[in-house]
Amino acid sequence: MALDEYRPQEGDEAYEGPREFRQVGTRPDRPDGFDKVTGRARFGADMYAPGMLHAAILRSPHAHARIVRLDTSKAEALEGVKAVVTRADFSKNVIFAPGTVGEFWNILENIMAGEKALYDGHAVAAVAATTPLIARDALKLIEVEYEILPHVTDVDEAMKPGAPVIREGAADRSVPEGMHPNVVRYHESGHGDVEAGFAEADLVIEDHFTTEATHQGYIEPHACLGTLGADGKGELWCCTQGHWYVQKVCAALLDLETANLRVTASEIGGGFGGKTTVFIEPVALALSRKAGRPVKLVMSRAEVFRATGPTASASMDIRIGMKKDGTITAAQGTFRLQGGAFPGAPMEFTAMCAFACYDLRHVRQVGYDVMTNRPKQAAYRAPGSPMAAFAVESVIDELCNRLGLDPIEVRLKNAAREGTKASYGPTYPRIGLVETLEAARAHPHYAAPLKPGQGRGISCGFWFNYGGETSVSLALSEDGSAQVMVGTPDIGGSRASMALMAAEVLGIPYENIRVTVADTGSLGYNEISHGSRVTYASGLATIKAARDAVRKLRQRAADKWGIDVEAVDWVDGCAVPSGPNAGDFDPLPLAEITKTMGATGGPISGHFEATPEGAGVSFATHIVDAEVDRETGKTRVVRYTVVQDAGKAIHPTYVEGQFQGGAAQGIGWALNEEYIYGEDGRLQNPGFLDYRIPVASDLPMIDTVIVEVPNPGHPFGVRGVGETSICPPLAAIANAVSNAAGVRLRDLPMRPSRILDELEKQRDDA
Amino acid sequence: MPEVHLWSGLRALAGGREVVEVEGRTVGEILDALVAACPGLKEPIEAGVSVAVDGRIIASARNEPVNPDSEIYLLQRLRGG
Repeated sequence: MALDEYRPQEGDEAYEGPREFRQVGTRPDRPDGFDKVTGRARFGADMYAPGMLHAAILRSPHAHARIVRLDTSKAEALEGVKAVVTRADFSKNVIFAPGTVGEFWNILENIMAGEKALYDGHAVAAVAATTPLIARDALKLIEVEYEILPHVTDVDEAMKPGAPVIREGAADRSVPEGMHPNVVRYHESGHGDVEAGFAEADLVIEDHFTTEATHQGYIEPHACLGTLGADGKGELWCCTQGHWYVQKVCAALLDLETANLRVTASEIGGGFGGKTTVFIEPVALALSRKAGRPVKLVMSRAEVFRATGPTASASMDIRIGMKKDGTITAAQGTFRLQGGAFPGAPMEFTAMCAFACYDLRHVRQVGYDVMTNRPKQAAYRAPGSPMAAFAVESVIDELCNRLGLDPIEVRLKNAAREGTKASYGPTYPRIGLVETLEAARAHPHYAAPLKPGQGRGISCGFWFNYGGETSVSLALSEDGSAQVMVGTPDIGGSRASMALMAAEVLGIPYENIRVTVADTGSLGYNEISHGSRVTYASGLATIKAARDAVRKLRQRAADKWGIDVEAVDWVDGCAVPSGPNAGDFDPLPLAEITKTMGATGGPISGHFEATPEGAGVSFATHIVDAEVDRETGKTRVVRYTVVQDAGKAIHPTYVEGQFQGGAAQGIGWALNEEYIYGEDGRLQNPGFLDYRIPVASDLPMIDTVIVEVPNPGHPFGVRGVGETSICPPLAAIANAVSNAAGVRLRDLPMRPSRILDELEKQRDDA
Repeated sequence: MPEVHLWSGLRALAGGREVVEVEGRTVGEILDALVAACPGLKEPIEAGVSVAVDGRIIASARNEPVNPDSEIYLLQRLRGG
């Protein structure tokens, strides 16, 4: 095959250079704002269907147990119950495979237990009934006989000889011989000779750090409404970050033809990565197929905590060597992450992100993916990166303290820049870490005096960002307005950004563009809204689709004027002759062309389908001031500044919102949030009363600085911004708290009891 | 001939090598040639890899072109939240 045939779709991704934007970079109201503040927006649980049934799921009360007997006959006999499903009602063709190769089997095993219940909250059966109350009553009639097995919920304990084995054969070939069967994947990378590097150092610090599992904490619980007929055709309405992925998984788990299941994404009340997978949708469809009626399934908050993914917890060892002048001579990290009872903890990203901010001659990182009796972890905003930054940036802070060096100057001295060989291998193209550090150093926050009892923390953070399969369609109306159909659920104000980019290219007002998240039957495949990809990839596709429409508009003008299309330019929403030689014609506005488009060649639309691969990596630097009450151990974040590279901010308000959101979630992760397990392996705090996420009164105003170092892989220079903002907070806050308390905090969350313990140790040592 | 750098954990599956030279004009051809040269890499490549070509991280497009002097790194497949 000739190389030309391999070329990506026409229209490359290259940055087109600095330009004056008319609409990009402005701050109009979001198009979905009215719906959301008036209650008109329809979320997952807001959909109804005639004859609809209500579903409920029976969940294991044990952390690890063999299912000896499962009898649903009494539940089926209850009046009002229309269907009961167990694992037997799902596909037998989904094959187990080690590691993450068998991800569909892992999902099936997670949404409905097979031979064993693997964690507290694991689904074992489900009921559909005419009312929610009958469905819940029916669950009590399902008889399950369990053989309780030993369990393990701690990552370090799960790796020890003699730890209960979650599943034999789950490890892939990457795992070195001799490891416990709970270690299911292994990663090792780096370059140079770390021991030689440590020998060059004036000071080497080695330390151990832990972070707990935290939940994404989205406001809206998972909810769906499914209809599946005996003919294998179905409709699904659900709250998700990626409805094409839901379609694919449901089709596989229920033996359906993919195209026969049409999936529509509801509005989404937060996701943060936790809605990039599937928990309840196949269950609702299986019940519907059995009952012959639509089935609605809505999770309670307790179910969300017990049975949907929190992020992984981590146990980490870091060793860094530094010269007296602040040069880092070598760095080494070992990262052990547990991701629940399935392979998939993002330890490779923890390892690859750990030292990505720095230009290092000698670096080595090792990761272990470990199974425990906890729920299957799901992605959470830059999965794996925040915990790495916590451990690494804490050690750098300690090195700066002991060597009497300025933390920003040290980071600038060692910062990765264009041409640096990244700690994970490749050479960086143009990146913006140095610019974020310089902006942080210049910010008034960095020079502001601290009050007694306060400490300041600095941290950098890194995330890769992502492109992925993307389709966009743009249709012009006769009156000159435009509809843009995207396939990426709007989890961060993306409809506004898409409208701005389309308006910029078409040259029409932002208000004349309506952006719709299309269903799976209305558009080509779209990957999930994950990896901070939407403004980058769907944005790129929107620009290209709008340019496709402009090309057709220019053709209509050329036809009208009787000249070649190459002699027609598009300026400010009008077709114009490209120069004096093209002829003397008045500008032809878009609406004038669309008014007669039916009679001049037919409807005008633009399309773009591709897999953009130019997502630029992103860096941030955070400054935090914290105050510690030495009597109570309570911590207060008193000032917070986020500086991050956005490449090009399409809608600066929503970029700032992403920066603030990442910082707010990071504050919760650092100070309060954790999954607490009892000795029985059951989750002790499955609710917002006992699992404490930050509320408004916990947070200071979070100041933001947008740095714009254009991404070479996007026409306007866009980089994703949604995830990098949660990478530095854990470390920045820990450094601030440690500096305020005068003692290094190595374990998250830094709850009051933990801080008091450390202060007591400090007093004992003194 | 392009040189492909493997992450260290793959060394055991590639006869102890961290750098493998293979023919290929695209990411897809490079991956196929890697599996042909080192069958042990079949499983991790099928599990999903990203490929960094001259600093650009290619998450899934096998049709991305590769030059003989390109810097190529195999990375574990990216995903986000």
